Amino acid sequence: MRRHDGPVPFRGGGFSPRDQWVAGATTLLQIVVYWQILAWVGVIPTLFLPSPVSIAVTLWHLTVSGVLWENLSASLARLMIGWFTGTFFGMAMGITAGLWSAMRSRVMAIVAALFPIPKIAMVPLFIIWFGIGEGSKIVTIALGVFFPTVIATMGGVDNVPRGLIRMGQSFGLSTGKIVRSIILPGAAPAILNGFRVTASIAIVLLVAAEMIGAERGIGAFVLSAGNLYDTDALMAGIVVLSVMGLTVAGLIGVLERLLLRWR
Amino acid sequence: MSTGLRLIVDQVSHAWKALNVLDGISLTAEPGEIMVVIGPSGCGKSTLLNIMGGLLAPLSGTVRTEGEIADDCLNPLTYVFQDFSLLPWRSVRDNVALVLEQRPSANAAAERVRDVLALTGLTDFAGAWPKELSGGMRQRVGIARALVVRPACLLMDEPLSALDAQTRDLLLDEFVTLIGRAGTTTVYVTHNLAEAVRLGQQIVVLSRRPGRVREIFRIDRPLTGRSADDPDLKDLEHMLWRIIRDDAAVAERELIDAPP
Repeated sequence: MRRHDGPVPFRGGGFSPRDQWVAGATTLLQIVVYWQILAWVGVIPTLFLPSPVSIAVTLWHLTVSGVLWENLSASLARLMIGWFTGTFFGMAMGITAGLWSAMRSRVMAIVAALFPIPKIAMVPLFIIWFGIGEGSKIVTIALGVFFPTVIATMGGVDNVPRGLIRMGQSFGLSTGKIVRSIILPGAAPAILNGFRVTASIAIVLLVAAEMIGAERGIGAFVLSAGNLYDTDALMAGIVVLSVMGLTVAGLIGVLERLLLRWR
Repeated sequence: MSTGLRLIVDQVSHAWKALNVLDGISLTAEPGEIMVVIGPSGCGKSTLLNIMGGLLAPLSGTVRTEGEIADDCLNPLTYVFQDFSLLPWRSVRDNVALVLEQRPSANAAAERVRDVLALTGLTDFAGAWPKELSGGMRQRVGIARALVVRPACLLMDEPLSALDAQTRDLLLDEFVTLIGRAGTTTVYVTHNLAEAVRLGQQIVVLSRRPGRVREIFRIDRPLTGRSADDPDLKDLEHMLWRIIRDDAAVAERELIDAPP
C-alpha cells in the first residue's frame, strides 16, 4: 500500500489540432524576410538565387508587359479543362466502382495497373497520339487527376454508413435519389480531400507537360528562363506556380466550408 | 389517413451462412394493432423486422400484407430506426422532406412537413442540424420522417434503446399518442419489457437463436389508460422476464455472429 495524496493532475487535452491561418501566413512571411536579409548581407549569392525584392520587381514587369497573363491564361485554361475532365470521369468511375460489385474488381484492376505509371513518362506518347497542341497536355493532366479521384471517391462511397442507404431504400427512394441525396453528400468529405491532392498533381503535370512541348504557359516560361539563365524570371515563374497552388487550396477550402458546413 | 394493414408472416426462416437465425416464424399483426416483439439478444428480432419491411429476403417463408391503404399513403411499410438514421448534412426540415422530394408537388410536401413537425413538436427546430439535437429530439425527427409518408404499417427497431431512461419514458408516452392518432399497424421490436407491456397489444416472445415463436400474449387494456405502475402490467412484465431469463443468460454467453 502507498499513499496517493494531492490534486489529480490534468491528463486530457491535445490531439485536436486546428487551422491557424495567421500562423501559416506569418511563417511564409518570416521565410521571405530571412531570405531577403541573407541576400542583402551576401550570404545567398543572388546570381543563383535572386532576392525576394528582385523577384517581385521582375513579377511587376512581367505583369505590366502582359507576358505573365499571356502565359498564365494558357496554363489556367489547360489546368481547368484537364482537372475538370479527370475529376468528372474519376468521380463517375469511383461511384460506379463503389456501388456495383460487377464494376468494382474491374475498375480496381485498371487502377492498380495504371495508377503507378508516372504520367510525365506518358507525355511523349500522348504527343504522338494527340499531337503537340493542347490535347496531349490536357490528357496528361486529366489522367493524372483521374486515378486519385477514382480512389478518393470509391473510398468515400465505401464509408457512407450503410444504415443511411437502407433508410433510403426503406422509404422507397429510387437508386438515383439515393445516390444524389445520400451517397454523394456522404462521400463529399473524402472527395473534397481528394480534390486537394489532385489539384496539386494537376499543377505538377501541367508544368511538366508545358516543359515538354508548349510555346506558352508557365511551364514553358520557366523552362525558357532557365535556358537563358534568367534566374529572376525563373523564380518569378516558380512564385506564380506557388501562388496558383495556394489559390487552388484556398478555393477548395471555400468549397469545403460551403459543402461541409454541417460538420 | 390509413387505417392500417394486416401484416402476415408465414413460416419465415432465415440464416446467416451456417448460422440459423429464425426458424419457422408465423405471426399476424392485425390492422391498427401494436405488435411488440421481444426476446433475448441475438434471437433475430431485428432480422425478422428487416424481413417484414422487405429489406431482407428470407431463406424461406413469406411476408404479405392485406387491406387497403389511403391515397395519401406514400410508403405503406415504414421504418423507425434504432440509430435514427438521419442525414447529418440535412436540417431537421430537410431530413423529414427527403422522403417526399420525388413524390407530391412541392406545395403539398411543404404542407405535410409543416404539419408533421408541429405534430412532433419540432417546429422550432426545423432549421437545426441533427448534431445540434439531443438523442430524444433526433428520434422525434425519425418519427416525423416516418409519419410524413402517412404509413399504413410502422416498423420500429428498438427506437428508444439509444436514449436515456428519462427521455425513453417521455417519448414512449408520445409514441402512444402519435401511433394511436395515426391508427397504423405497428411492429415494435424491443428488449425492454417495460416498454413491451406499456405499448403492446400483442406481445410476441421469441426464443433464443434460432428464433422461434415461444409465446404470444394479448393485452386488451386501452393504450391510453395504461400506467407504468399498473400491477397487472407489472405482473406480466415479471412473467415475460421469467420466460426469457434463461434464454437471455445463455444468449449472453454465446458467440455473436452479427450479419454483414
